[in-house]
Amino acid sequence: MVDTPMIEIDAVSRYYGIYRALDDVSLDIAAGEFFSLLGPSGCGKTTLLRSIAGFDTPTSGDIRIDGQSAIDLPPNRRPTNMVFQNYAIFPHLNVEENVGYGLKRLKLDAADERQRVGNALEQVRLSHLGKRKAHELSGGQRQRVALARALVMRPKVLLLDEPLSALDKKLREEMQVELRTLQKAVGITFVLVTHDQYEALAMSDRIAVMFGGKIAQVATPKEIYQHPLTRQVADFLGGMNFMQAKITSESAVNLSVETTRFGNVTIAKPKGFTATNGLATIGIRPERLRVLWDDAKADCEVTGHVVDRHYFGEITHLIVDVPGLEKPLSVSETNNFGADDIPVGAPIRLAYDPDALVAMAD
Amino acid sequence: MSGRHGIRKSRWLPVYVTAYLAFLYLPILLLPVFSFNNAASTTFPLAGFTTKWYASLWGNTAMLAAARNSLIVGICVSVLSTGLAICAARAVTRYKFRGQRAATGLLMAPLFLPEIIVAVSLLMIVLQLGLELSLATVILGQTVFCLPYALSVLISGFDGFDRSLEEASLDLGETAIGTFRRVTLPVVAPAIISSLLVSFTISLDEFILAFFLSGTEPTLPVYIWGQLRFAAKLPGVLALGSLMIALSIILITLAEILRRHAENRLKAGAAAHG
Amino acid sequence: MVALPDSIDVESKQPLAGSRRWASSDEAKGLTLISPTLLYALALLFLPVLIVIAYSFWSQDYLTIDRSFTLENYRVALSEPIYRDLLWRSLTISLAVSLITVTFSYPVAWFISFHGGVHKNLWLFLITVPCWTSYLLRVMSWKVILGYQGVLNTGLMSIGLIDQPVTGLLYNSNAVIITLVHSWAAFAILPIYVSLEKIDRSLIEAAHDLGDNKVWSFLRVTLPLSLPGVISAFLIVMIPTVGDYVTPKLVGGKDGVMIATAIQAQFGKGANWPLGAALSVTTMVIVSAMAGCMVLALKLFVRRIK
Repeated sequence: MVDTPMIEIDAVSRYYGIYRALDDVSLDIAAGEFFSLLGPSGCGKTTLLRSIAGFDTPTSGDIRIDGQSAIDLPPNRRPTNMVFQNYAIFPHLNVEENVGYGLKRLKLDAADERQRVGNALEQVRLSHLGKRKAHELSGGQRQRVALARALVMRPKVLLLDEPLSALDKKLREEMQVELRTLQKAVGITFVLVTHDQYEALAMSDRIAVMFGGKIAQVATPKEIYQHPLTRQVADFLGGMNFMQAKITSESAVNLSVETTRFGNVTIAKPKGFTATNGLATIGIRPERLRVLWDDAKADCEVTGHVVDRHYFGEITHLIVDVPGLEKPLSVSETNNFGADDIPVGAPIRLAYDPDALVAMAD
Repeated sequence: MSGRHGIRKSRWLPVYVTAYLAFLYLPILLLPVFSFNNAASTTFPLAGFTTKWYASLWGNTAMLAAARNSLIVGICVSVLSTGLAICAARAVTRYKFRGQRAATGLLMAPLFLPEIIVAVSLLMIVLQLGLELSLATVILGQTVFCLPYALSVLISGFDGFDRSLEEASLDLGETAIGTFRRVTLPVVAPAIISSLLVSFTISLDEFILAFFLSGTEPTLPVYIWGQLRFAAKLPGVLALGSLMIALSIILITLAEILRRHAENRLKAGAAAHG
Repeated sequence: MVALPDSIDVESKQPLAGSRRWASSDEAKGLTLISPTLLYALALLFLPVLIVIAYSFWSQDYLTIDRSFTLENYRVALSEPIYRDLLWRSLTISLAVSLITVTFSYPVAWFISFHGGVHKNLWLFLITVPCWTSYLLRVMSWKVILGYQGVLNTGLMSIGLIDQPVTGLLYNSNAVIITLVHSWAAFAILPIYVSLEKIDRSLIEAAHDLGDNKVWSFLRVTLPLSLPGVISAFLIVMIPTVGDYVTPKLVGGKDGVMIATAIQAQFGKGANWPLGAALSVTTMVIVSAMAGCMVLALKLFVRRIK
């Protein structure tokens, strides 16, 4: 990471009466980073974003933007700009006037202002719609106007509050790519709030997962998916087969556990882990279990039989009952080899890599 | 369209609705018809076309004085009630506070009260305070009466006004005052003008409060009331009445167009929420 | 797919956390903003009504007001035949007017809501336009229409339907009722229309799907769901009409006089404010009670059909 973070969230709490929307949150976001705040509704991610923008004042703690404390600055004096969830396009102005709205305050000369508005519109590929009014735009176009309107201010940080949630699936996926490309092109720090884990995984350099006003984990998408620190994080991002395992030995960084069907393994100990009754929660992602066909052999195998099957086009979810496990395993297999044809009730062998097993704090 | 909801349009219903509309419009269309009738009585068959009743209005100084009074009262009432209603509508649509329902209930109460009781109670308080009845007392009274109407127009106008529009403006570097000038005001302007027009129209046509509170300075309806005793004055009153009806319809149509315009724009503004 | 903005929905539940925060809270801002309007309404609506109530318990001795508590005014209001009759007539007229107005307006509201198509707003506007014109002028117009030498009589005579004018069109309670029904039509249609608009159309389809015919689905689904609109239509017509002054004066004649004339008299020539106040309060209380009964009756009626 760079020496000075672009945004430093320092022990920020926000209470609404006794309700804690943000509970002692600390976080650094580097310059030029695409950072996502991910979590379910009510987890505090929007409150945190609005605190950075200046629309919400934390009860305690400090927020520094580019080294300067911003906690006492009103929104109009912070070097941040926001893309609102509903885009907040001014209904009485056309596209150009919307984009030029903030520039008017800067008292630029007319040609300069036109130039900047033009460039911003070009960046979001809306040059041809400059004279349209807000109500003549589609959802995707409104989103681009909101983006251009914020970017034209050349903020140090661009804040995006669920910017894609109002779009339909296809458009949302297109815009994910486009936003990511745009962010790389302009090099501005992006902070995105989303409740969609795939959106966060696909777009971010790093993700902070939040629950109940607290940050559960901050890491790269890959790290967060492969090594979730807590059961909650693992559950929120994709599927996970959870099971209990007996701890045989414990060091500062590692755990050795004895499982019922996955043998004895030594795995990394997550931060903040505490054992309960000598047991640890471990898990394996459904796609890390592989169906073994015919005589194929693997170093590590479990056996069971299929109890249910769900077809999803390119993949099939198999529910496999393994004797000795408290819950059947969920297996995600591509349909390249005919997983969609495995009959319910058939015996099945599954291969796994012991490295795929993770331990999580509860 | 019919049948789609399993609700078939019956044949007599449009006929009924048309008859109902005719019933509603009959009285207000009759006045203009007879105001051009060349006879002092309102009987069929019509006696020929004339504009003399309108011409006679022009030299009628008492009527012109009443018209002037109505204009003054109307302007003051519309500005005052719209101003007060702006505060209330903004408070109700933007903030949540305890007693909100009670407060709106009180402001809307004149809709559910016999006007004579409002008039009598105002008369009592004005005389009790030792004030003279004048146009000022009419203005104060009619403002109470116009508030519910102004409030409904403005609440529907402000309702679609998204708080994030103001936040976006602040976020883009604009100050609070600048935001009010550049965003809030232009977006809600049609609703405000619509409320002014509606209040003015109500004030122009309002009789009971003006009758009780106007003292020696009649407004147009009070003036007309005085003329009704004399059968010979009827044609002149019909002409004046027709003009007032025309004015009311023009004002209220303008208000409706503005209100609709504002509503459409805001609806489109909120559409992205889909 | 829209997630609730998680800071907004929390804010509404916000209890008070210390006075400094309260000053910048929604609660304080809202109250501050509404206070001018509220004070105005308190001073010129609430306070006057309180004074009317106070006066109704006082008595008048020539030019001075005796502020000792008395129920004498109410005794007079309720037992003097003249006031009792006026009150009774006012109540029956307002009941009749509200029943007729609501009954005749319902199909119109229904038509606009279900068959108004893309022109719903235009229909509504057309219905409300007459109501924005001067009330006094409309009443006057009815006088012109219904008079002995009026439009209706002379019109019918000139096309040969009748030989001589029909008497009894004007100057009785019927004339008052017709005129009031006309005046309040739009006020009844709007609330009914609003509640009809809120009905999810698939509910009616579901009723049909479950075997109801047109009449039953209307009685069991549409009518109960539009009841709130019907009730506010009743209230908004019944309560104000009971105190109408202009209509009885202009078209009511001797048989159509209503209580407002008596109230007005106490503040004019009669000059007995306490009695006038008591008459006002009595009228309001009785009409509110009657309206309450109507609302209950309507609710019971609908519950029985369901």
